[in-house]
Amino acid sequence: MNRVLKGFAQAAWFGGALSLAIPLALAESPLPERKSGFEFMSPESQATQQDDFSNPGMLWVAEGEALWNAKAGATGRSCAGCHGDAAVSMKGVAARYPVFFAESGRPIDLQSRINVCRKTNQDATPFPLESRELLALSAFLGKQSRGMPITTGEDKRLEPFRARGQELYEQRQGQLNFSCANCHDGNWGRKLASSVIPQSHPTGYPLYRLEWQSMGSLQRRLRNCMVGVRAEPYPYGSQEYVDLELFLMTRARGMPLETPAVRP
Amino acid sequence: MPKHGSRPPPVKSTADALSAMALALLAIYPRQVMAEALRPYEVVGDAIPESLTGVRGDPARGRAIVVDRQKGLCLLCHAGPFPEQRFQGNLAPDLTGAGTRWSEGQLRLKIVDSRRLNPATIMPPYYNMDGLVRVGRNWQDKPVLSAEQVEDVVAFLTTLTETP
Ligand code: HEC
Ligand code: HEC
Repeated sequence: MNRVLKGFAQAAWFGGALSLAIPLALAESPLPERKSGFEFMSPESQATQQDDFSNPGMLWVAEGEALWNAKAGATGRSCAGCHGDAAVSMKGVAARYPVFFAESGRPIDLQSRINVCRKTNQDATPFPLESRELLALSAFLGKQSRGMPITTGEDKRLEPFRARGQELYEQRQGQLNFSCANCHDGNWGRKLASSVIPQSHPTGYPLYRLEWQSMGSLQRRLRNCMVGVRAEPYPYGSQEYVDLELFLMTRARGMPLETPAVRP
Repeated sequence: MPKHGSRPPPVKSTADALSAMALALLAIYPRQVMAEALRPYEVVGDAIPESLTGVRGDPARGRAIVVDRQKGLCLLCHAGPFPEQRFQGNLAPDLTGAGTRWSEGQLRLKIVDSRRLNPATIMPPYYNMDGLVRVGRNWQDKPVLSAEQVEDVVAFLTTLTETP
């Protein structure tokens, strides 16, 4: 009964994106079937994510919308002043990040790309990574692509960085000597003490994690997993995290974006 | 030592420099400075027949380590005959009856370094640090368990003789 209900709820939630997701899923991933972290959650947590009035992430989305419209920096311009209605100009954008950033010759993730605009177009101080403001703007942009299939990784220039991300994903690390793949490819669906191990598709970031009692970025999640195996985490914003994000998003290509998601 | 007259005594500045260095080292690598050297052990076939400490461990302490989620971490992956423990993992075989399936020496090698038996294993090496990468600052140059703790865990596992 649960399976049917869950399937129904998801189909309704993700709408048309589901039909797009299936053929791509077969082409992109070594996993037999790809499942969002959503599918491993309790019905209660699923319901919390799906109802905009109970999803705590919507508070960040609302705050992000206010920041989108607020004038900032020496130029006194708002994001909306340049980009207009986010529902139009930002539709699909979050679903293709990280992208290749020609100025630096490397991939850049959405949070850092927002900060580029803050610096160069608004002449304002960039928001610190994991700050409430940056999470709010990222959540607001993510929401503009909710339900759309992830398209990250089409640019050929990204390939060496994606490959590096995959290497990091497969490398064992930490005192407990685990790779990401050991858990997320080799043991997904099994129980690590009380937590069910998901396949690590970053479909919902930034997201509200009940354990954090807060919104957090994908980098924060990766940091948690590294600390869990007693490895030295990378500093926020490091190239390693961006390469890992790129690898994971490419691996999840075709899956629908859920931002702002909820996770245990 | 000769007296240096007007020259400032070199001893003081050297000592200062040394203590500053030691402090810096302590701040960066608190564990490294204090880590004890690993005791040598001999692998014979698929076992380590001799106790790492020369004495038998304590099964009651071993049980406490096995169920401790910060120390043994065993129940992250294994389940076992621990009715009071609510969350037990299922990434690995149930520990029930492990003491009938394996000898004490075999159990010791599994804990010390399961990679010796199965290079692809996900079971962490508890008393061998070869080849570890990016170990977190607080865990550097330290085995997961001390030699005494390994012996306590081994002693406990040999008591798991009930049939599953
Ligand atoms: C020892 C097991 C383990 C290892 C190793 C591990 N993870 Fe995880 N990971 C988990 C568990 C368990 C969760 C789910 C936590 C929860 O929901 O409570 C998780 C969650 C995630 C998620 C969130 C998925 C979602 O639905 O939001 C991502 C992404 C992720 N991990 C990526 C990684 C990466 C990348 C690495 C390596 C740097 C890694 N993990 C290493 C156990 C692990
Ligand atoms: C991260 C996962 C993990 C952790 C933590 C872990 N193990 Fe294991 N263990 C395994 C796996 C997987 C096997 C199966 C054999 C293999 O793959 O090496 C195993 C095998 C064993 C076996 C042999 C089981 C049998 O009867 O075949 C014993 C005994 C054992 N482990 C004891 C322990 C103890 C005691 C601890 C904690 C001090 C521990 N393990 C921690 C993953 C783990």
